[in-house]
Amino acid sequence: MAGKNIFASRWGIIGVGAFIGILAPVLQKLGNPGNMGICVACFERDIAGALGLHRADVVQYMRPEIIGFVLGSLLAAYLFKEFRPRVGSAPIVRFVLGAFAMIGALVFLGCPWRAILRLAGGDGNAILGLLGLTFGIWIGTLFLKNGFNLGRTQATHTTVGWILPLTMIGFLVLMLIFPQVQDQGQNGVLFYSLKGPGSMHAPLLLALIVGLGIGFLAQRSRFCTMGAIRDLVLFGQIHLLTGFLSLLVFAFLTNLILSQFHMGFAGQPVAHTMHLWNFAGMTLAGLAFALAGGCPGRQLFLAGEGDGDAAVFVLGMIVGAGFAHNFGLASSPAGVGPHGITAVVIGLLVCLFIGFTMRRKIA
Amino acid sequence: MSTTVDARGLSCPQPVILALDEIKKGKDKDIIVLVDTDTSKENVMRAATSQGYRINAVTPESEGYRIQIIKS
Repeated sequence: MAGKNIFASRWGIIGVGAFIGILAPVLQKLGNPGNMGICVACFERDIAGALGLHRADVVQYMRPEIIGFVLGSLLAAYLFKEFRPRVGSAPIVRFVLGAFAMIGALVFLGCPWRAILRLAGGDGNAILGLLGLTFGIWIGTLFLKNGFNLGRTQATHTTVGWILPLTMIGFLVLMLIFPQVQDQGQNGVLFYSLKGPGSMHAPLLLALIVGLGIGFLAQRSRFCTMGAIRDLVLFGQIHLLTGFLSLLVFAFLTNLILSQFHMGFAGQPVAHTMHLWNFAGMTLAGLAFALAGGCPGRQLFLAGEGDGDAAVFVLGMIVGAGFAHNFGLASSPAGVGPHGITAVVIGLLVCLFIGFTMRRKIA
Repeated sequence: MSTTVDARGLSCPQPVILALDEIKKGKDKDIIVLVDTDTSKENVMRAATSQGYRINAVTPESEGYRIQIIKS
């Protein structure tokens, strides 16, 4: 336990960024949607669809990558004695932040992971998304500088830390009991897409293995896309940023090799060209992630190592995806949804309210 | 004399913010930071080193670690 954690070193985090950067485009080659080798927000949204929490029939699939992220992190945490069940740091606020983070991400059509993968695939709209993300995180750092915090966690029963990993195991079991059937939109309790991004996916076992690998390494390295930008703005630290940039460079190179690089703004896969709302959607997501202390991937990895509050954030994102598609908040390649703009404005107001009011001194 | 910063139970980036606040006050050359996760331990150590402090001792304590940093 006292041994050095090589993955937390400079080369460790660069290596993990490279690992994800190479494997994400490979997953796309194996069947995942365009510039969506991995997208935590999109994949949680697909899970919400598979469960029937929304019925947008083009985005329904129980994504094994997400299951793998949580279980891979759980495995690493146990192996290195870092599993610490803890909970109680403003869970309801984290739930709401998760829901609005998802809504913002679905207005842009991607989380920070996909934003960088979209850029690495040549999608210029990602630039607006990344600028918005940075702006949102910058607002978050202002709150952090002024004493914003979500309060302390408490150590708790092991069971608490196991609830989300067990849920993920349950999802996997459901997938094995009710596998996808050719030309059938539903099997048992699970929904499957017959067209659209939800119908595009890498083989289950491969997706699960890649997810487990990334979950394991990300737990060791503390890989976080929001933290990458936050630490730079807040502390002038580039540690996490090197991992994020490594992901970009290696995903770009892998896309070139696999002929998946297509530069432009129009006609990009699962993307729209409304610059302002690409920017504003990710501003909302970035601010919510900054207030909650981690990007959507990091929340999954934290949940895997026993953080019950991160697990609540994850559930907030999945429920937020349900709202986003049930109530016309999510964008489509045609542009923003009928109520997407209103939802972004409300989300920003809610985040500002949380940021301004939760500044009590830490006891 | 040393100052103690209790960052146990706080999520990213609070432990680093609290440790840096104490470092910037500059009152003590000897600061103890209490954390409860390995991530916080690594982050605090990285931040302290970047501010010209050295890590004098890291000892497991209850559910976490006690990190002693000293201005070098």
